[in-house]
Formats: sequence, structure tokens, C-alpha cells
Amino acid sequence: MSEFKLKTPLSEGDVDKLEVGDIVYLSGEIYTARDRAHKRAIELYESGEELPFDWNGAVIFHCGPVVIERNGNWEVVSAGPTTSSRMNDLEPKVIEYFGVRGIIGKGGMNGGTTEAMNKHKCVYFSITGGAGVLVAQAVKRVKGVYWEDLGMPEAVWVFSVEDLGPLVVTISKGRNYYLEVEKKVLSVKENLLKRWIK
Amino acid sequence: MELSEIEEIGVELLRRAVTRLPEDVKESLKRALSEEESEIGRTQLEAILKNVEMAEKSGKPMCQDTGVPLFFLRVGKEFPVGIEEIKSALVNSVRRGTKEIPLRPNVVDPMSRENTGDNSGRKMPYFDVEIVDGDSLEITFMPKGAGSENMSFLGMLSPSKGVNGIKEFVLEKVIEAGGKPCPPTIIGIGIGGTADLAMKLAKRSLLRPLNEDHNDERIRELEREIAEMVNSTGIGPMGLGGKFTCLGVRMDFASTHTATLPVAINFQCWAARRSYALIEKDGVRRVLP
Ligand code: SF4
Repeated sequence: MSEFKLKTPLSEGDVDKLEVGDIVYLSGEIYTARDRAHKRAIELYESGEELPFDWNGAVIFHCGPVVIERNGNWEVVSAGPTTSSRMNDLEPKVIEYFGVRGIIGKGGMNGGTTEAMNKHKCVYFSITGGAGVLVAQAVKRVKGVYWEDLGMPEAVWVFSVEDLGPLVVTISKGRNYYLEVEKKVLSVKENLLKRWIK
Repeated sequence: MELSEIEEIGVELLRRAVTRLPEDVKESLKRALSEEESEIGRTQLEAILKNVEMAEKSGKPMCQDTGVPLFFLRVGKEFPVGIEEIKSALVNSVRRGTKEIPLRPNVVDPMSRENTGDNSGRKMPYFDVEIVDGDSLEITFMPKGAGSENMSFLGMLSPSKGVNGIKEFVLEKVIEAGGKPCPPTIIGIGIGGTADLAMKLAKRSLLRPLNEDHNDERIRELEREIAEMVNSTGIGPMGLGGKFTCLGVRMDFASTHTATLPVAINFQCWAARRSYALIEKDGVRRVLP
């Protein structure tokens, strides 16, 4: 388990050195995106249109933040992660089409996404579920917002973050830590039943 | 006792609940951190505790999901304000608190999914009312997030399954829930009664602090056993592996039909938020945390 401080956009080299279990603190820009933003990005790409932002090397954050406007500035009140598995069917395309290098979320993603990540050099970072203030404090500035018509939680917010973390690398190079834990848990189940249920 | 005072204390209860964790929960999280064996597990517990501290200091909600509003009232027979008036004052607290704190507006119509914008709605906030002796009013407020509430399970077991059946059912569901209810969780379990009563007992059990024992020895024993079993699964904090899948088990029971064994499970996440006020007829006596 190593610890890294990384800056976005991430390079192929950055992704190459990350192993499952590593801890990362991230600085630079990150983009929030949930199901609807994923869908819109894919639709635009498939109809030959450009995105209003550049996702090459970008880090996407599965998050629907609470943001308020104060004196003409955006302020993040709370911004914990949302459950990533909702994006399972959409993420492989987003990774392939735009060259996204990192996904931050909670709960992990499925085998299909793990494969797409491995193929296109992308990693998944887990951030502590519910830790809304921890994230909010790492956001130094809201740099912009796109697709506000989708509503506050579904819009794409661009956060400028400093040392966002701890992020745990949980999907990298074809390894999926969640699936590994799940397998382990299932393998001890029989023993637990034997021990506790006489 | 003026209605506006109850409304005011209601807003305060909302604010405290979402920005401060009860002492017993914080203590358990700290103990978990000191005993967690998994390195990754420890990073999660550290992040949680840091987040809780920051929420307290900044007055910002500790989790972006500020839940749906649930009130548990114990109304003294001689308390000078009527139940319906207390409820309407607390509905106002929810509407105001949502704007002032602010809370995330989570309450929607279940079919159209239209958001009311102020966390009130049909039968929302939810009130669980008990009439008790005396002239005081106790209000416990619990904002309940979706991640943990979605992990609710009801089993109508065959009575022959007995206590072993209860344990097996809980183990199944804890494994099924995995990291989804943001572990380490508190597992509320209701046994006996009817289907709805079992679930109510599960939810209400979550109000009992982690350092307060049930008065029935068999329940105390079961709580300990189930907690140990759950913490041997290896699911760990946030489902990232480790010892602390739960902080504790809170359980209660009711007598039931001879031909049935209801078991209800209601998970509470690490953000086990609840606030409490004791109001006597001449004013507010105590507010926690
Ligand atoms: S389960 Fe609890 S801690 Fe996790 S996101 Fe929901 S409310 Fe927050």
C-alpha cells in the first residue's frame, strides 16, 4: 500500500503506477457526473458533437452536490459520493470515447467497467461514503457548471480541489477489490454459519 | 409553552442532528478505529471521524443525504399543548429548517417523484407518538438517509427456525447489503409481533444509545452474538474489508402469534444521527447532542 499525491489531468504513467490498495490525494480539476450527464455525453459523442469540456485525462466524480450561491459565487455545502453501480452500463463508453483516466465514487463498479478501465487505462477511486464535508473542504473553488438544465445534482460541476482524499484505489489493471472482498466474505459464510448457528 | 417555542426547538433539533453525532456513536467510531486491523478499513474510519469533526466545527451537514425527517414523540398526558398542535409546529420546523440549515430537499411523491422542496409531504415528517404519564414532552428526531433505509428487510420465518433462524437471516442480509448502507452500521432488529410491528421495533431500537443495555438478558446476549458474527464477515468499513462492519446491534421484541416469527432489519449508517429534547411545561430542559 503506497501513498501518492497526484494532479489532474492524469497521464497514462500516473495510472500505470497505481495498484489496488494505494491511497491517493488528488489536486486539480474534477468533474461531477451522474447517470444523466453520462447519458448526455454519450449521446453528443455518438451524434458527432463536441462536449463543452475536455475529458481527456479527466477525473469524473460520481456525486450530486449541494451547492449554494453566495454573493455571486458558488459554494459547496456538501459533496459526498453517490453509488457508482448506477453508472455501470454507461461508464465503459465514457471511458472509451473521452479518455477519462479516473473515476471517484462509492461502492465500486462491475466486471464490464473493470475491463474497460483496464483496456483504456483508467482507475477507480473509492471515497468514504457520506463524507460530504470532507469533500466540500477539499473543494477550493467551483470553476464552472455545465448542463444546469439537468438540475443541481445531475449537472456537471467543475471543482478545483486540493488534496482530495483519502481516495483508495479499488479498481486497477483488471483487479477489482470490491469483487475480491465479496468473494472472501462468501467464502467465510459457511464457517460463520457453523460457528454461530449450532 | 408557546407553539413557536416548539417550532424553534424543532429547527434546533434538525440542525444538531445533521451537524453533530451523538456521543455514544462517536465513541464507538473511535473505538472501532483503535481496534480495526485492516489498514484500508482504518483510512475509512479516520475519514469518517475527520468528517464528523469538520461538520461540527463548520456547522455543515456531515452527510449530503440529510434524509427524510422522522420524529419520535413521548407526550405526557398533562403536557399543556395538544398532539396535533405539536405536530403542526414540527412540520413548520422541517419546512424552515430545510431552508435555514440548509438540508437537501429529499421528500418526493412516491409515484410522480415530484419534490415538495421543503421535506414535508403527505404523512411526512413521520410521527411516532407514545402517550405517557406526566406533564413533559420528549422529542427525538432522526433524519434517515436512503442508502441505509434501502437496506431494510422483513422475513416471516417459520417458528421452527427459532433463534438460529434469526441469526441466519441477519447474516444473509448483512452480506447482501455489503458496503451499501455505509458501514460500520448499527443494525436495528425487531422480532415478533406482526410484520409492521417488527419493522417498527427495528427502527425504534435504533434510538437506543449504543451504551445502553436492553433489560432482557436474552436480547443482550443475542445483540452481542450477532454483532460478533457480523464483525467476522470481513465486509468492513465502507465494504472495503476489515473488522468493523457494524458498531453494534440494537434489538427489541414483541410477543407474537404461535404460528409466526417475524424478523425485521433496518440498517443505520455510520451517520447515525439523532437529536433529543426534553420539554417541560414551563420550558426546554435538555437538548442533545
Ligand atoms: S447511507 Fe448514511 S452515510 Fe451513507 S450516504 Fe446515505 S445517509 Fe450518508
